[in-house]
Amino acid sequence: MELQTTIYLVVGLSFALYIGIAIWARAGSTSEFYAAGGQVPPVMNGMATAADWMSAASFISMAGLISNMGYGGGLFLMGWTGGYVLLAMLLAPYLRKFGKFTVPQFIGDRFYSKSASTVAVICLLTASITYIIGQMTGVGVAFSRFLGVSSDVGIYVGMGIVFLYAVFGGMKGITYTQVAQYIVLIIAYTIPAIFISLQLTGMPIPQLGLGSDMAGTDVSLLARLDQVVTDLGFGKYTTTTAGSTLNMFVYTMSLMIGTAGLPHVIMRFFTVPSVAAARSSAGWALVFIAILYTTAPAVAAMARMNLHGTVNTAVAKSGDLFATEASIKAEDRPDWMKRWEKTGLLKFEDKNGDGRIQYYNDATKNADAKAKADAAGWKGNELTVNADIIVLANPEIALLPNWVIALVAAGGLAAALSTAAGLLMAISAAVSHDLIKGVFAPNISEKSELLAGKISMAVAIVISGYLGLNPPGFAAGTVALAFGIAASSLFPAIMMGIFSKKMNKEGAMAGMLAGLFVTLFYVFAHKGIFFIKGTDFLPLIGGANSFFGITPEAFGAIGALVNFAVAFAVDKVTKEPPEHIQHMVEAVRIPRGSKAVDGAH
Amino acid sequence: MQHDSGGYWRATLGLLTRILIIWFLVSFGAGILFADLLNGIKLGGYPLGFWFAHQGSMYVFIVLIFYYAKKMGDIDRQFDVHED
Repeated sequence: MELQTTIYLVVGLSFALYIGIAIWARAGSTSEFYAAGGQVPPVMNGMATAADWMSAASFISMAGLISNMGYGGGLFLMGWTGGYVLLAMLLAPYLRKFGKFTVPQFIGDRFYSKSASTVAVICLLTASITYIIGQMTGVGVAFSRFLGVSSDVGIYVGMGIVFLYAVFGGMKGITYTQVAQYIVLIIAYTIPAIFISLQLTGMPIPQLGLGSDMAGTDVSLLARLDQVVTDLGFGKYTTTTAGSTLNMFVYTMSLMIGTAGLPHVIMRFFTVPSVAAARSSAGWALVFIAILYTTAPAVAAMARMNLHGTVNTAVAKSGDLFATEASIKAEDRPDWMKRWEKTGLLKFEDKNGDGRIQYYNDATKNADAKAKADAAGWKGNELTVNADIIVLANPEIALLPNWVIALVAAGGLAAALSTAAGLLMAISAAVSHDLIKGVFAPNISEKSELLAGKISMAVAIVISGYLGLNPPGFAAGTVALAFGIAASSLFPAIMMGIFSKKMNKEGAMAGMLAGLFVTLFYVFAHKGIFFIKGTDFLPLIGGANSFFGITPEAFGAIGALVNFAVAFAVDKVTKEPPEHIQHMVEAVRIPRGSKAVDGAH
Repeated sequence: MQHDSGGYWRATLGLLTRILIIWFLVSFGAGILFADLLNGIKLGGYPLGFWFAHQGSMYVFIVLIFYYAKKMGDIDRQFDVHED
């Protein structure tokens, strides 16, 4: 079958499955709409959480990033999984015991203040909307690469599909579609990885293949990769850190805290039947996430090896990488390279006019590599590869059959759609439950609230679709901002609400605002106020990364520290929370008496 | 069987502290601060520090959560605050 037809077939089948589930799982009550009726078994909720969590960025971009960064890329792996330990122990079971629909509702009740809840709604909306732009563009990219339609058409189709199951199904529809989407995306991710691991090392399990010897030799894959990349002037794969060690440390911490504080992930734990189920469900979520996250570093290293091996024949034979014959002739380059050149994600430019492709680090500080490249007549790196290609073109690089390529297309779409739906759920709940019912119309009937929820979901889909179609220039920087906001404002507030009985509303609000402000200040100093070009103010803070060399993406943990410090300082000088709030905290801490979540204010 | 909310909370915090120490040691310790040192040791073809950053810490995280879920269940029953 033609590649294009196969892709249409596989993607079409996966969409039919999602719509089928949507029809089966319509939401009839607010409890079903916000929390899937509170009856999702822990393993299934774990799977849905995994799909919710793993976005287009995890599926498409992460392995490519690690491939470029090497060891330093581990900060994404540890950061985005380690957060689940914090979530499981510090937040999820207690929020489940609290038994309400949304994160702002917890903050509003615990800190006995509508203003606190409104601050939380603002943090939630900013974090979720910035995050969703990336998902919508991801849907567009996946469609345009694989289905040969324009990115715009892709976004319209994506909006339509999400609309069908999110608006009618609410959390119930989203949960069961996410389970299906997890299965699609994990198969799509692991099958190419297994094939590639087999080809390179003879070991079918990628996690073990990464630690194995190259097939037919007694040199380990990582040792060979280290040698090839250092010879070509790149940093050593297994030791190159992301900035300083301190920066890597703080960056990892920020991602962990941010992960634990992201509202669309926390919300998933309102859907399980009990506190005990919330605890184990976080474990299951991490199992399902780790299947992809432990495969990703293998994909990263193997794809790096394959990429170098494709353009330099000496990589496989361990000959002289700088020999003239080793670089392949441009006209002999494989078809997949030509295909991806058309997309602009892969570029080749024959700088020294020898008709061959030289791929190396021409800005290297390694004098030996530089001398060898100069001696060989290389006049600069001739190949640029966008990080996103690593996963998307992986099956083509390894010459896998068409159905595998089709599966990767369906997997990328599943990853983007499932995350978008989870985010839409968080946005719609915040608007209809926390703003409309919580602030503007407390006496709204359940039926009207359900309708309000569906309408705000539909509006959120249109807005996110619009932002996906007209991505603001700052789209790339915003995901870091989402983590920064979750880490610096939401996580500390929720945690103090549970672990400090005496934390009062003044402390919590001052902390949230201070954490948020410091983080935004540092990010905007680097990237411009609200990411508007030309409004950055680096001289004011003393130059780029002036705070101990920490990059703005890594700053969330510092914001969280500020939040904690300010909150405790203000708490000391203001009066302690009322008696009944302290009793409420005690009740939240023990599982006894948990009941199905409901929305009563 | 004992009714003691202070004791329950102390037991909970004790468990959390123990788990967070391991959580910190495998990721920030072995995966970042001591990675260079550990890279001298090989686990198959993996340098050990690199392995912790790219594989090992994630496996330990999973074990930690399930251990936590089980131990918390025990503490709940010990202090008679478990769900029905």
